[in-house]
Amino acid sequence: MKFYGTPLPGVEHEEYSGKLIVIEGTDGVGRSTHITGLRTWLESRGHAVLDTGMTRSILAGRGIKEAKTGTTLGRLTMQLFYATDFVDRLENEMLPALRAGFVVLTDRYIYSAIARAEVRGVDPAWIRSIYGMALVPDAVFYLRIANPQQLVGRLFTSGRGFDYWESGMDLNLGEDLYDSFIEYQKRILKVFDRLTGEYGFQVLNASRSVRTVATDLRRGVLKVLEEPVSANEDNVSVIQPLRDQAGPTKLTNLVDLNKKALP
Amino acid sequence: MISYGQHQLPGKLFVVEGTDGSGKSTQLALLYQWLKAEGYPVFFSEWNSSPLVKDTTKRAKKRHLLTPATFSLLHATDFADRTERDIIPPLKAGAIVLADRYIYTAFARDVARGCDRSWVRDVYSFAVKPTMAFFFRAPLNVAIDRIVSGRPSLKYYEAGLDQGWSDDAEESFTIFQGKILEEYDRMVSEFGLTVIDASRSIERQQREMRMLIGPHLDRKKRTRSH
Repeated sequence: MKFYGTPLPGVEHEEYSGKLIVIEGTDGVGRSTHITGLRTWLESRGHAVLDTGMTRSILAGRGIKEAKTGTTLGRLTMQLFYATDFVDRLENEMLPALRAGFVVLTDRYIYSAIARAEVRGVDPAWIRSIYGMALVPDAVFYLRIANPQQLVGRLFTSGRGFDYWESGMDLNLGEDLYDSFIEYQKRILKVFDRLTGEYGFQVLNASRSVRTVATDLRRGVLKVLEEPVSANEDNVSVIQPLRDQAGPTKLTNLVDLNKKALP
Repeated sequence: MISYGQHQLPGKLFVVEGTDGSGKSTQLALLYQWLKAEGYPVFFSEWNSSPLVKDTTKRAKKRHLLTPATFSLLHATDFADRTERDIIPPLKAGAIVLADRYIYTAFARDVARGCDRSWVRDVYSFAVKPTMAFFFRAPLNVAIDRIVSGRPSLKYYEAGLDQGWSDDAEESFTIFQGKILEEYDRMVSEFGLTVIDASRSIERQQREMRMLIGPHLDRKKRTRSH
């Protein structure tokens, strides 16, 4: 058990048998599709799975959703409300599940919260200090898309359309939801590229087919679980951690190594 | 983001702190009346008053959903909303803001509950440093008597029953308030709190406050003259 900074109060230092796996990525990149797929697959392999995600806490989930229906949510208030939601889920869902030996799949983690805070001009040291209470996960898979235009299409296929906050409308970045969305997501992607090196994300090129990305994910998850790749998972590409070498140029070389033979 | 002590705002911020039952709210109310009567633009802001967070806190306390960490963060959320809504804008406008409880309440309570001292200070580092912070210091037994006799029963978190120090609410409350007082005492020099002896008469305490605040007031800021 390792924390990024000041640990949770009252938590004894202990080893747990579960695995904490994070799926990160910007809005509309397909995170929830992949988590649903991973969950079913892991369960069929005999793993107990807990999945969780931002604003799903019993404590603060509803409050955040209500606060977001208005436009009076200040930027610092927003960050702290999200942190409350996160810590509630960490203490009451993730930690107990990890102790019980579950695979915990989390749809976003502290990195999205940090990215959103940073694009809003919040002190990077401050937000990191708050999230020092977070456990260092066993793996972070970052579903990366190179430009925000690609995300727009998905917003419509999923029938969601533009959302006020996902478009960063509180930042006055553009004339309308579309302009603002593009500019906001562009900034978020930039922060994520920086966080990739800082936190050692494993980057997956999410502009490929769902199936290809899913195969990559499974392969990565098996590695975390220290399980051998079976015949079913044969047709996958290699994922490599991308420590300290973030940046779009490097990324393109890393993805799509489908042809590479498995060890 | 501007950090504690770095804000340059034309208004003045006066805060009152102290254990429950120390009489600080009474003193702040009297101060408010006086400043208003003198013609100053005054704005009053109290602990746990954010309209965005209120329902969440109420429900969480009723259903005992809070741990030391989430108790701390939820109150920090509430305080951030107060800062962004009720404290910074009036201070920018040159008003006098009176705050009933401030970050020192969080520092005292959260640390008494086991949160890390420097972590809590980091969380609240966005707060505006008050012009003056009054700490109403009452002997522990006086404060406890005032609270316990003043209300039918102590609430769960108020009594610190979430900490498992004692099953008896009154005993738990006494332990909790003792720890809180210890934290306040340590903050006097750390943050330069102005100690007011809360065991003296209401009138005397109020006279002392007005005398101390006087030099910080700008008579030109009064909206009407006398």
